[in-house]
Amino acid sequence: MSLFMKNSKIYFLSTVLLLLSFVGNAQNSQMTKDWETSPGIIGTVVLVIIVLFVAVVIFLAKLNAYLDRLKQKKLNQDRMAFSDELVSLDNDEIDSILENRKKALNYKLKGDELGSLNKAVDKKGLVKRVRKDPNNSFFDEKKKTPLSIETPKELKQIVTYYLAAATFWLVFGTLVGEYLGLKFIWPELDKISFLSFGRLRPVHTNTVFWGWASLAMIGLGYFVIARTSNTKIYSYAKAKIAWILINATVLLGNIALMSGINNGGGEYREYIWPIMLLFAIGLILTLYNFYKTVATRKIKEIYISNWFILAALVWTIVLSVIGYLPFYQNGMGETVIQGYYMHQGVGMWFMTFTLGLVYYYLPATLNKPIYSYSLGVLAFWTQMLFYTMIGTHHFVFSPLPWWLQTVAIVFSAGMFIPVIAGSTNFLMTMRGAWNHISKSYVLPFFLVGVIFYFVGSSQGSFQAFRFTNFVWHFTDFNVAHSHMTMYGIICFLLWGCIYTIVPKLNGKEPSQLLVGGHFWLAFIGLFAYMISLMYGGTLRGLSWMEGNPFMESVTLMQPYWVWRAVGGTLMFISHLVFAYNFYYMVKKEPEKSTKRNGGTEIIKGESVTV
Amino acid sequence: MLDFNTNHKALLLTAFGVFAVLSIGVAIIPAFQLDSYQPLPDQPELTDTEFEGLHVFIGEGCVACHTQQVRNIEMDAMWGDRPSIPEDYVYSKKRLDIWRQSASLLGSERTGPDLTNVGVRQPGAAWQLLHLYNPRAVSEESIMPSFPWLFEEVDSTSVREDDVVVAVPSQFLDNPSKKIVASEEAMQLVAYLQSLKQPKMPENSEPEFIPFSKIKEAAGGGSASASKGLDGEKLFMNKCSACHQANGKGVPGAFPPLAGSETVNNEDPEKMIRIILEGYNEMEGYGPMQAFADQLTDAEVAAIMNYERNSWGNEAPEVKEEDVKKVRDSKL
Repeated sequence: MSLFMKNSKIYFLSTVLLLLSFVGNAQNSQMTKDWETSPGIIGTVVLVIIVLFVAVVIFLAKLNAYLDRLKQKKLNQDRMAFSDELVSLDNDEIDSILENRKKALNYKLKGDELGSLNKAVDKKGLVKRVRKDPNNSFFDEKKKTPLSIETPKELKQIVTYYLAAATFWLVFGTLVGEYLGLKFIWPELDKISFLSFGRLRPVHTNTVFWGWASLAMIGLGYFVIARTSNTKIYSYAKAKIAWILINATVLLGNIALMSGINNGGGEYREYIWPIMLLFAIGLILTLYNFYKTVATRKIKEIYISNWFILAALVWTIVLSVIGYLPFYQNGMGETVIQGYYMHQGVGMWFMTFTLGLVYYYLPATLNKPIYSYSLGVLAFWTQMLFYTMIGTHHFVFSPLPWWLQTVAIVFSAGMFIPVIAGSTNFLMTMRGAWNHISKSYVLPFFLVGVIFYFVGSSQGSFQAFRFTNFVWHFTDFNVAHSHMTMYGIICFLLWGCIYTIVPKLNGKEPSQLLVGGHFWLAFIGLFAYMISLMYGGTLRGLSWMEGNPFMESVTLMQPYWVWRAVGGTLMFISHLVFAYNFYYMVKKEPEKSTKRNGGTEIIKGESVTV
Repeated sequence: MLDFNTNHKALLLTAFGVFAVLSIGVAIIPAFQLDSYQPLPDQPELTDTEFEGLHVFIGEGCVACHTQQVRNIEMDAMWGDRPSIPEDYVYSKKRLDIWRQSASLLGSERTGPDLTNVGVRQPGAAWQLLHLYNPRAVSEESIMPSFPWLFEEVDSTSVREDDVVVAVPSQFLDNPSKKIVASEEAMQLVAYLQSLKQPKMPENSEPEFIPFSKIKEAAGGGSASASKGLDGEKLFMNKCSACHQANGKGVPGAFPPLAGSETVNNEDPEKMIRIILEGYNEMEGYGPMQAFADQLTDAEVAAIMNYERNSWGNEAPEVKEEDVKKVRDSKL
């Protein structure tokens, strides 16, 4: 294993060198008209094809499972037919059967039954179920196993509260997003000031950022912190206060935005400081709480998940302080900070925290350890080193200093190291468990999330090159990229984590059909969303390069905006399904809850019927 | 000491320390350096009204779709005479007030046009107001939202003397008997938009665009000067169609039609040339037109005129670059 590690490190370094040389190429080829052959574009196309390939694999696996079920159904029918036949037997036949049965009951073993060449016959009716492939049953049994440790009631409550609020903000935030998507097609949907596009757009982004993803991450984080430290959470009260503060931030911030109070229009910095201050206090409380819990851990080592989670909190607190301090934010100073802030908001908060969660929940789902701990450590430090430097790639060719832009582009290419380290680690952890995909509703979420982690992040690096900026910057391609990452990576991974843990906490699983519905609607929706905006965005960039009238680039986008709205609608419906699933998982049923202490029994009983 | 696996304090302090150092290097120091630029010699400061307009601009979230940066690549040359430089933002990117930070004007999405130079491109308040009231009144395919809450709907009898009435074509009115009056906020916003002009640089110091030339060379074939090489339709679309519309029919009550217009179809082009170069405000029932002498070359004016004089059923003899030159010189 350590040998492999060495090799893989060399491999990473050479990959990075190769990619850096691409950056150089990209800048030379900026003057050519062969835009299709620029490395950034080719890279993006290849990445998209990877996603398609994975989708096909998942689909085939699911289809296979479905066909298996159909076969099983047929067998059951045959069996029914057989029992009908028994019922219709006449007396003589029954007598002879009973006689045989009597004989069978008097039967005694001769001692050669297992060792002879006799044909195996179950004369006693002892065998209830025949398993041809014992490996396949592994997953079913695993996911029915309730947690073996006691989860304190308070912790359960905290996790549920955070996730419930997150789910609410997901539905609300994407409802807003859906509405905004429709406004591209029907700009006159309404004429109400607080529903106008410019005011609602930040409501959408901030709600899904600070409301949905942040609350979900922190909620899931509480469980990881407690579990991997083998202790209880330092202070439940602080968790509740932070919950109130963060929810208040989103609520008040949205009200402010809709009434036309915007901090300055910088993306993800739209909440004014008195409101964002509540969020920062919430984060500081959470950090304190997590830190104290880890500090009182009952095992020697700090699990890698906690590295990521604690660091994400520290980095984000630093980030929001830098983002909101006024001393250097006049003129272009604000623009430097904006690039830094909006990229680190994604990289140091959502990405880092979610990766930490995956380092716990993915191995937990598979019931096996993470493939390589050291690779996780490598990913951790390189995440910090490279991600921090790349904010300015949002302002390539802007009046910002050229050297700052170049640093951002070079380190964007460097992002391949943490991305490849992370996704290799996850994929290798999943290796050997591929056949579980058809049997599990959790794994597809993780698989898609991990693939998008690789694809979306690498695509982002390609997009930072100067040439690709030429074509794509300012177009809808950016919107496609941000959904590919925030949705494809973060949302799918969070859903994977939620479906892993909530059934275990409450002992209730959602219907597989509805989880499947959630998965496929979200996935197909995202794909339609992404491809239409990527393709349309490219055409739009080319139209600008041709110097065509601006309106032409608006009308040419119309069909792609329609497809985006279709994709967005599918995504939104999937969130409604998810919300129902979540409700189903956490809803209290008085009758069952009295028997909850005998929980294992109920679960065993269910597992037989499956 | 640095055993991160077991020492949570060391782990967090290192993560914090390295991140803080990197952040200072990549964000705070450059920000401080860029914070202190001096304005250009000819750069006007924003007036109070314009600064209030900037508040409206931010509050309505205009930056979500409109950038304000001319990048130093040739494709952005349509948005300004030169690439943007840090000095351009000295006055506009100041802290808005105690609650709100400096406006994030550069933007990251160009769903709508860049606004760096919109004060030059679209100086007329009449157009801006009508466009804000309902963008589709002047640009059929626009997807920009309307901002009716920046206007008041009043009875025609209660219009006061200092009210600015917006000439809205009747099909865009909910109630045709009412008049649309611009609110103070709308006037502030328009004042801000009108102020958006690239300040002139001291001579020969303008930064240059990075050319994207191979395509152009192949297409242009080097014959850059003759008016025949210019695409009159494209120029018309970029410079004129916002008011006169792509179909040449104008907007009733706001911008006069070119299709079938006497001036446009006149055999003698002098009056038409003069209107384009010097602007015009003598047509009853329509708003004033801006002067284009500074924005268009003689060849470009001729190309646009020839397009207008031979489109939408118009028929008039060709105008030559020299004709335009003659009128331009006679004016001086």
